[in-house]
Amino acid sequence: MSRGARFWAQLAFTLLVCAFLIVPAVMSVLAGITENFFVGLKSGLTLRWIGEVWELYAHTIYLSLGIALACLAATLVLGVPAAYVLARSQNRWTRAFEELLVLPVAVPGLATALALILLYGQMREFRASWTFILVGHVLFTLPFMVRSVVAVMAAIDLKTLEDAAASLGATFRQRFFNVVLPNARPGIIAGSLMVVTLSMGEFNITWMLHTPLTQTLPVGLADSYASMRLEIGSAYTVIFFFMIVPLLVILQWASERVVR
Amino acid sequence: MFAAFWLLPIARLTLVGASGPNGIANYALVLTHPSYFRSLVSTLALSAGVTLATLIVSGIAGLFLSRNRFPGRAFLTAMLTFPLAFPGVVVGFMVILLAGRQGVIGQVAQWLTGENLVFAYSMAGLFLGYLYFSIPRVILTVMAAAEKLDPKLEEAARSLGASPWRVVIDVLIPGLKPALISAGAICFATAMGAFGTAFTLATRINVLPITIYTEFTNYANFSVAAALSIVLGVLTWLVLNLARTFAGSTVAAAA
Repeated sequence: MSRGARFWAQLAFTLLVCAFLIVPAVMSVLAGITENFFVGLKSGLTLRWIGEVWELYAHTIYLSLGIALACLAATLVLGVPAAYVLARSQNRWTRAFEELLVLPVAVPGLATALALILLYGQMREFRASWTFILVGHVLFTLPFMVRSVVAVMAAIDLKTLEDAAASLGATFRQRFFNVVLPNARPGIIAGSLMVVTLSMGEFNITWMLHTPLTQTLPVGLADSYASMRLEIGSAYTVIFFFMIVPLLVILQWASERVVR
Repeated sequence: MFAAFWLLPIARLTLVGASGPNGIANYALVLTHPSYFRSLVSTLALSAGVTLATLIVSGIAGLFLSRNRFPGRAFLTAMLTFPLAFPGVVVGFMVILLAGRQGVIGQVAQWLTGENLVFAYSMAGLFLGYLYFSIPRVILTVMAAAEKLDPKLEEAARSLGASPWRVVIDVLIPGLKPALISAGAICFATAMGAFGTAFTLATRINVLPITIYTEFTNYANFSVAAALSIVLGVLTWLVLNLARTFAGSTVAAAA
């Protein structure tokens, strides 16, 4: 194909879109490591802001990691068996269940969070602990795990594999752990990465559910944007990038492998 | 588990929504009360505008990336999809860096015209922010759909003498329609419920999620907040469902 004016115009447009997305991210990285952003880069580079963020907000980072892992464990325990049931039996009930499961994603997080607070807000211990946030995260991420696993399970002929194993005398337990799970592994891995990434970045639900003692990373970010100087907010964002970008890269790599 | 943690709370939310001094009429309040109605209208208008703009922008860029092979294409795609997992708050911060008091746009404007241009904290900034997090999602969908579309169709149309515009209107858009509808619906639904971005930019912008938040925290007006969020939830769900009946399944997959 000849590369006429149209090619270059489209390329320029795409580059412009790309710049729109990338320039602010680069700026926040720069702002996070310059001495004084208002003066500019010539004021010198420093890691001071990163250090200050670490002192102020390290607990939010640990909490976010903890919640993300707990959320992963919960979605694995709840989601994989659910996906198995959905993949094996397709009837009116399972389809209705699947619909219901996706609702927390379709309905804005704010509504879910309000609902949780109104029903469970009175239970002080529960309200004040990090498990309250965990519940919100699990609701929000579970559909992604289930869908990812169902997609892989639907692509392989699970029934024939299981029948073969059963005819050789495998119990249900053996079949589930030795036949079903290994075959669904790509879906489970992709789903797990998705769950961790989403949980790390979740804000809409978390902001309503958090207490001053249970701040997660995005909540801390909002706090620093609102009340700290620009450099600190930027440095905090840089830390967030460092945590989320590797996850994203692996996620993309894993989903490409699932497609193949 | 699911019932206890989601169905019950939502049921309770519905009840609380109807429990205020106005009873069931709370739900009608969204339509009758001028300020709630205004925030509903502006939320809808903003979401529709963002959806349209995102579809056009990502349609052009996505088609370009899937129809051309050139060095750096993979890198460009990766860059375009990189903000996919940014939470709303981070997107808000990005908009501040772009169009805030010290932002790039302001500095360029200052350099060009001698006047600083700041619009991050207004509806325009919000629009920019929603665009920021919608573009990557929609580009991915458009690219996936365009890969499946047979390029031979376009070539056939071209060899029959169709102009580039006719190819776009008669071949590409109909071919991508299901993908565009579902991506658009997700985009719309996300924009309706997006809270983090608006929260970072300004709590004064009058969109529904912010209205709900202020009603709940500042005025402790639980019943109105509940009623509003039920309305918001039903609206979003309705849009997703409508899109699904038009475009087949796969819709709610990637919200």
